[in-house]
Amino acid sequence: MNLEEIKQYLKEYNGPELKIMEVCGSHTGAIARNGIPGLVSDRIRLISGPGCPVCVTPSSYIDRLIDLCLTPGVCVVTFGDLMRVPGSRMSLQQASGMGGRVKMVYSPMDVFPMAQREPETTFVFAAVGFETTAPVYALMVEQILEDHIENIRLLTALRTMPGIIDRLCAGGADIQGFLAPGHVAVVTGSKAFEPLAAKYSLPFGVAGFTGEQILTALCGIVKACERAKSGKDGGLVMNFYPSVVTREGNTEAQELVERYFGVSDAVWRGMGMVPASGRLLREEFAALDAGSRDLTEDHKINKACCCDKVLMGKMKPTQCPLFQKVCSPLRPQGACMVSTEGNCYTYYVNHRE
Amino acid sequence: MPETVRITMEHGSGGQATGELIGEIFAPAFRNEVLGQMEDSAVVSGSGRIAVTTDSFVVTPLVFRGGDIGRLCVCGTVNDLLMRGAVPRYLTCGFILEEGLEIELLRRIVRSLAETAAEAGVQIIAGDTKVIEGNGGLIINTTGVGSVPDGLDISAGNAGEGDAVLVSGTMGDHHAAILGERLQIESDIESDCAPLGEIVKGLLDGGIRVRTLRDVTRGGLGTVLKELAEASGKCFIIEEDAVPVSARVRDFCGLLGLDPLYMGNEGKLVAVVPREQAAEALEIMKNARYGSGAAVIGKVAGAGEGTEAGELLMRTQIGGVRRLTVLQGEGLPRIC
Repeated sequence: MNLEEIKQYLKEYNGPELKIMEVCGSHTGAIARNGIPGLVSDRIRLISGPGCPVCVTPSSYIDRLIDLCLTPGVCVVTFGDLMRVPGSRMSLQQASGMGGRVKMVYSPMDVFPMAQREPETTFVFAAVGFETTAPVYALMVEQILEDHIENIRLLTALRTMPGIIDRLCAGGADIQGFLAPGHVAVVTGSKAFEPLAAKYSLPFGVAGFTGEQILTALCGIVKACERAKSGKDGGLVMNFYPSVVTREGNTEAQELVERYFGVSDAVWRGMGMVPASGRLLREEFAALDAGSRDLTEDHKINKACCCDKVLMGKMKPTQCPLFQKVCSPLRPQGACMVSTEGNCYTYYVNHRE
Repeated sequence: MPETVRITMEHGSGGQATGELIGEIFAPAFRNEVLGQMEDSAVVSGSGRIAVTTDSFVVTPLVFRGGDIGRLCVCGTVNDLLMRGAVPRYLTCGFILEEGLEIELLRRIVRSLAETAAEAGVQIIAGDTKVIEGNGGLIINTTGVGSVPDGLDISAGNAGEGDAVLVSGTMGDHHAAILGERLQIESDIESDCAPLGEIVKGLLDGGIRVRTLRDVTRGGLGTVLKELAEASGKCFIIEEDAVPVSARVRDFCGLLGLDPLYMGNEGKLVAVVPREQAAEALEIMKNARYGSGAAVIGKVAGAGEGTEAGELLMRTQIGGVRRLTVLQGEGLPRIC
């Protein structure tokens, strides 16, 4: 099918209502930027899942970073979009305004020259991310060990996709198919989603990030749903991003991550503890950890905040009572309004309904 | 080699060191009759309608690919005058120097400022220098004065139904150049920092009935157009395919998760003109020195096109519709 045929198919779909979830913040953004909701039938509902690493980080993690940056002799180093995420008391940006030392970088590797210039300062890197970012942190650890660097630590909040998707499905989420994250699949391989597809008999379409790639994957998912209706097993993983995604993934990166980080349970903002949905530095490298293990507390900044339901796909951002009234990108009440990949942020800036 | 290579508090004393600084750096670069009077205020000629604007320039680094703070502080202010149809005439400059600023760097910036002023056709008629404690930085405030031809009315609220919307070139270049320098990302993206007098003069002399002009600075094209939609109470519709963005800036944005629609420029403008003059206006822009990348990017919706007042819509490459708003917060690079 060419693009026009795909668009026609999706627009004219007239079967049972389908809820398709994207679990990658980049997909959430791309869907809004391309105006995709308006290109598909009303019977296809696109739901955003917990795919933004910043949005799922619990408040105790931010609180710990804030304590660290306000400690004399410590400098917190982070990517930009973590700066504005509210902890239980304040954000890193606010802590920085109170004299906390926070440096924003583009690449984690930028921390090495900093550490070399200031040997008396301990640099704590805020290692937040999914499977896509974990290999870079593993490279960081490797270099720290090789060069015997004593003043770099990691505060990790690493999360993995299959664990949280399992939790969503096991929790009875009303979802008929998943737009699977292309970047994650580059590392994990499309096979990472096979056990889930089989367990819940649901179609997974691994997608790229252009409008055409997303529409193509959506079309494949809808067709798989149609086939399932006629009795065939809908539980399959389809790779619509074969230019960079293989079934096996990047095994070298997988091994690297496995060497330094072990699978762990992890707390997701608003969702509590999810078994085997994260990674922590292995025991033998615990000396490099700035205290990531006990960060299980998760306070809501505003009791009415529905980030948890939004991340679970149980509520649209626009259905949250705070949305646009009290909660906006300038005064976010929850993490989903902070990151440019957050559900609420994307809905807000694109007026998605 | 001069003895003093960096600015010290002494340079702000008002005494001999201040005099030497002015004599060595500012006077040779800015020399003109009005400044030569050395009076407490400048007296210049002017009559009719006067346009006035002021802006303070704070940029890190002070020198970047494609420009420096000296060029920037002229372009920013001159372009603001031009956007009301004014002919820029005079400029004042207030320099706030931080202790530790390298004098050679200051000299280079002042020269660049003077050259850009000459290019833009404005005369520097008053100036001031202060020194504050700090870390070698520099802040410049410029105030611009221009004269507005009689009968000319160019304003944010003037867009009419069916009008064409044009931009004078690629979006996001300045923003990407500065961010690249700050994040130490290797790239050859240059700031587009430039005075837009030739384009504006061309349009007006060419008989284009220009409704609205806006320079696309902080907040980017999305913010500017949304503001124009609100000011005019009309609906603006643009085509994603038609908005010019260089391949380098597009890649840069893709890497950092930024949207070129919300990235600032310092040498690009948006023009709203009657539909029947769109082709002519485009031709004039393209023939100007800083307008070679100009394009018609959309229109102001006509009555009965089923659109809402004050909205900005963009038809995406794949045929979807995206509703745009003003920039929210600061464009921070994201994680993955």
